[in-house]
Amino acid sequence: MMTSAKPHAPLLELSDIGKSFGGLSALSDISLHIRRGEIYGLIGPNGAGKTTLFNILTGLYRADGGRFTFDNTEYGGHCKSHTLARAGIARTFQNIRLFSNMTALENVMVGRHLRTRSGIWGALTRNAATRAEERETLQRARELLSYVGINRPHQTLAKNLSYGEQRRLEIARALATDPKLIALDEPVAGMNSTETDSLKKLLRDIRAGGTTVLIIEHDVKLILSLCDRVAVLDQGKKIAEDTPDQIKCNSAVISAYFGIEPAAYEQNSTKLPTARLPDQANHDHP
Amino acid sequence: MDTFFQQIINGLVQGSVYAMVALGYTMVYGILGLINFAHGEVVMVGAMVALSVIQLSISYGLPPILALLIGLMVSIAACMALGYSIERVAYRPLRKAPRLAPLITAIGVSMVLQTLAMIIWGREYHAFPSLLPNGSHILFGAIITEVQILIILVALAMMGGLLLLVHRTRLGRAMRAVAEDPSIATLMGVNTNSVISTTFMLGSALAATAGVMISANYGIAHYYMGSVLGLKAFTAAVLGGIGNMYGAMVGGLLLGLIESLGAGYIGDLSGGFLGSHYQDVFSFFVLISVLIFRPSGLLGERVAERS
Repeated sequence: MMTSAKPHAPLLELSDIGKSFGGLSALSDISLHIRRGEIYGLIGPNGAGKTTLFNILTGLYRADGGRFTFDNTEYGGHCKSHTLARAGIARTFQNIRLFSNMTALENVMVGRHLRTRSGIWGALTRNAATRAEERETLQRARELLSYVGINRPHQTLAKNLSYGEQRRLEIARALATDPKLIALDEPVAGMNSTETDSLKKLLRDIRAGGTTVLIIEHDVKLILSLCDRVAVLDQGKKIAEDTPDQIKCNSAVISAYFGIEPAAYEQNSTKLPTARLPDQANHDHP
Repeated sequence: MDTFFQQIINGLVQGSVYAMVALGYTMVYGILGLINFAHGEVVMVGAMVALSVIQLSISYGLPPILALLIGLMVSIAACMALGYSIERVAYRPLRKAPRLAPLITAIGVSMVLQTLAMIIWGREYHAFPSLLPNGSHILFGAIITEVQILIILVALAMMGGLLLLVHRTRLGRAMRAVAEDPSIATLMGVNTNSVISTTFMLGSALAATAGVMISANYGIAHYYMGSVLGLKAFTAAVLGGIGNMYGAMVGGLLLGLIESLGAGYIGDLSGGFLGSHYQDVFSFFVLISVLIFRPSGLLGERVAERS
């Protein structure tokens, strides 16, 4: 599973990544490392900078400062998207961004683009190499669709899939790029508990298949039960990075989430509520 | 009835040419949201280059059909290079500019091409040599020439090939992915710039072929022939729903038929007051009607403004 010569060298290491929009600092001096083969969680209140970090890792934003090392190669703060994709970082989006007028199968096939070659000459002549590559792409896409559990006809347009299927299709498309690291932005948002459980199983399978998983999620219960290690961001700063058990007891995390001092919190309650964030709690009990 | 069938045949021939040119407009619009008003001039350059190459080939004593084939091939290659250069020089630097800027540039490019063609080939009408057998057939009482049959067949073959390319190949998937969401396509390793260049080149290859077809059909080529043809093909693309490839084909054929039937009957309808040279009226009447009553075209969806 871990093919690298140095199995314990981190797959991804961030050093002092910073980003601000206008005068507003979205991320400041973020440093963290993700080991090969782990499931790494990133949590934090809304606006903590989690998605901004994803956008930097996938080249959609330029970092103002800092650098990161991925798979033993160092990248500055501003890399082209396709360079990072080629290096092996794939992602999904919080607001699903599929090619909605293409079929489920075609979405995954576009994901294979990175690892295939044929161009206009192949398209016009349809030579043997092109046909072989096309067959390989098609078969791989079908396998990935069933791997993530999409059982509908593969010719269904992406926009006609159910919400949960669209999330899975996005994962299949990301996996089609043969990533070393798959970064998932709130993959269970809006899912019911059955869907969440089966997605959790899928993520464990993906890790077992050798792909490192980085996940942003608001469902703290999911993060704590799934991840090997967790980093907590608050207002653009990393306030903790530890195993789930340690995170539960971390005083900075508790005060970031609940806005109270740990001492006061412990007087009111003896255990940390596992899943409720302030915004969700408000939503449930107006 | 003879007039009717004759005009149907004329309309289908003219419509195939419109459809091929309309595809160039619609593919570029689908990917860039840009109306490439220089596209009509690419058709003209295609016809002119073919004319020169054919004249040269004939003067070396090549057989007419071979001369036509060489002329077509050279003209396709030249127009692909031209389409690539237009995008590279005139549109790519303005990719992030306000939408009006590339539109004005497109009109500018069109004037430059027209003027260059006038300088190179002169202002006069050129007779396009007839290189194919002059035979004709009677179909439902109407005459169809072999050139016309060839035009329809070649147009069908090229359009079918294009559809296969767009729907069944890696390049085609990349084109559709860029049209839907360029930044996500980039994340999948799609090189957007090369996809856009390829789109311009494919559109230009169709335009070159259309230019040769129309010159072969009417036996004439002229430096100004691209501008009205370009407007008509643009009308066809809008009629079908700009951005939709099937729309461009349907729109092209339909516009050809409307124009041709209109021209065939306008004399009778107006009691001889208006003649068939008023046929352009029908095209632009169609354009205005579509823009007023169904701006998204026959097959177009209402597209959300790209963010």
